[in-house]
Amino acid sequence: MLTKRIIPCLDIKNGRTVKGINFVDLRDAGDPVELAEIYAKNGADELVFLDISATEERRKTLANLVYHVAEKVNIPFTVGGGISSIEDVDILLHNGADKVSINSSAVRNPDLINELSAKFGSQCIVVAIDAKQIDGDWIVHLIGGKVPTELKLFEWAKEVEERGAGEILFTSMDHDGTKDGFANEALAKLSTELNIPIIASGGAGKMQHFTDTFVQGKSDAALAASVFHFKEIEIKDLKEELRRNNIPVRL
Amino acid sequence: MKIVIINYGAGNIQSIKFAIQRLGYEAILSNDVDEIKNADKVIFPGVGEASSAMKKLKESGLDSLVPLLKQPVFGICLGMQLMCNSTEEGNTIGLGIFNVDVVRFSNKVKVPQIGWNQITNIKSDLFKDISEGEYIYLVHSFYAPLCKETIAETEYGITYSAALQKNNFYGTQFHPEKSSEVGEQILKNFLEL
Repeated sequence: MLTKRIIPCLDIKNGRTVKGINFVDLRDAGDPVELAEIYAKNGADELVFLDISATEERRKTLANLVYHVAEKVNIPFTVGGGISSIEDVDILLHNGADKVSINSSAVRNPDLINELSAKFGSQCIVVAIDAKQIDGDWIVHLIGGKVPTELKLFEWAKEVEERGAGEILFTSMDHDGTKDGFANEALAKLSTELNIPIIASGGAGKMQHFTDTFVQGKSDAALAASVFHFKEIEIKDLKEELRRNNIPVRL
Repeated sequence: MKIVIINYGAGNIQSIKFAIQRLGYEAILSNDVDEIKNADKVIFPGVGEASSAMKKLKESGLDSLVPLLKQPVFGICLGMQLMCNSTEEGNTIGLGIFNVDVVRFSNKVKVPQIGWNQITNIKSDLFKDISEGEYIYLVHSFYAPLCKETIAETEYGITYSAALQKNNFYGTQFHPEKSSEVGEQILKNFLEL
């Protein structure tokens, strides 16, 4: 049986791991390769590296990091942050990334999704969508939730699927950093209306939230950062708890 | 031991090279006919779209070489699919090593299947020291139905071939290089055949 995935997310700046609380206050949480190895050993199903560097060397630094992660880590990983061209994706996949995640660049140039999935296959193209509710509507936002767009979540998600995305990583900006649970209602709607896997992100605080997002939110995978980085939840304990709740997990 | 990973421009082969390295072996990447012929073990990877991968294979003349190889050959993911008779993806004619036609998952399940699933009914030296029901990592939209050459099964809406074997030819739909310790053991088993 296909299992539900637990995905720690590592925010990367200049080759180091950071975690943004509400995307503003950053704290250093260590060496990404070492952290990745620990997560792989402790039962993470997949990893996401999100690069938030803004330097000129960022592309080279990130490619170098991807290479070293691939060298050491025996589970799949996705790389996102600032990816805007076929060439960017080519470099990352050739250095050992399994999937790439695009966000703003897909909103600015939706054809990029078609081009990437045609060249590299849908299976390695994740489209990340950040959204928050404004007057009852889920509105897609850019730049870590700071800039609203004209796009509505469900319409954009559908378009992204039609254009060839293999997976959607949905972050609710209303829930991110609150530790109060995932946006399960929106997630369930995405999961029901679309036929590609949906990764839930934003709001993980305790183990019950993961059960809820798999059951009520119908999510295929759940992503979290600080609860794992600061050892508030151990992945092994979480998976045992999920299994007790009859959710299929790899243990 | 000389291990060659066939390099025909298909996807993430760096990960396979690294996985072999972690097992204490070295692999080289090559599309050179003589180099592949002289290898002790050949790995036939593949990520991406079937018809363009097949086209690249033909351009380097490897489509006629691979079916004639006598040493153990291991097709991974799309590599395994291309070793079959045909695949629905891009209406592609395969290498015809495994006598089965690859088809797309129905829309009753989410496509692609992405994540960790289990292998059952395992039978082959490839699965030495591997238990029934172990978890392996898959990411795919097309699958090989069960057939005479099936050596492991996975269930996703239907039950299909997670792995195939015919004589010296082995193939897995899953990615051993991404399947944690279980995957590493399977790769090790292949290298030690």
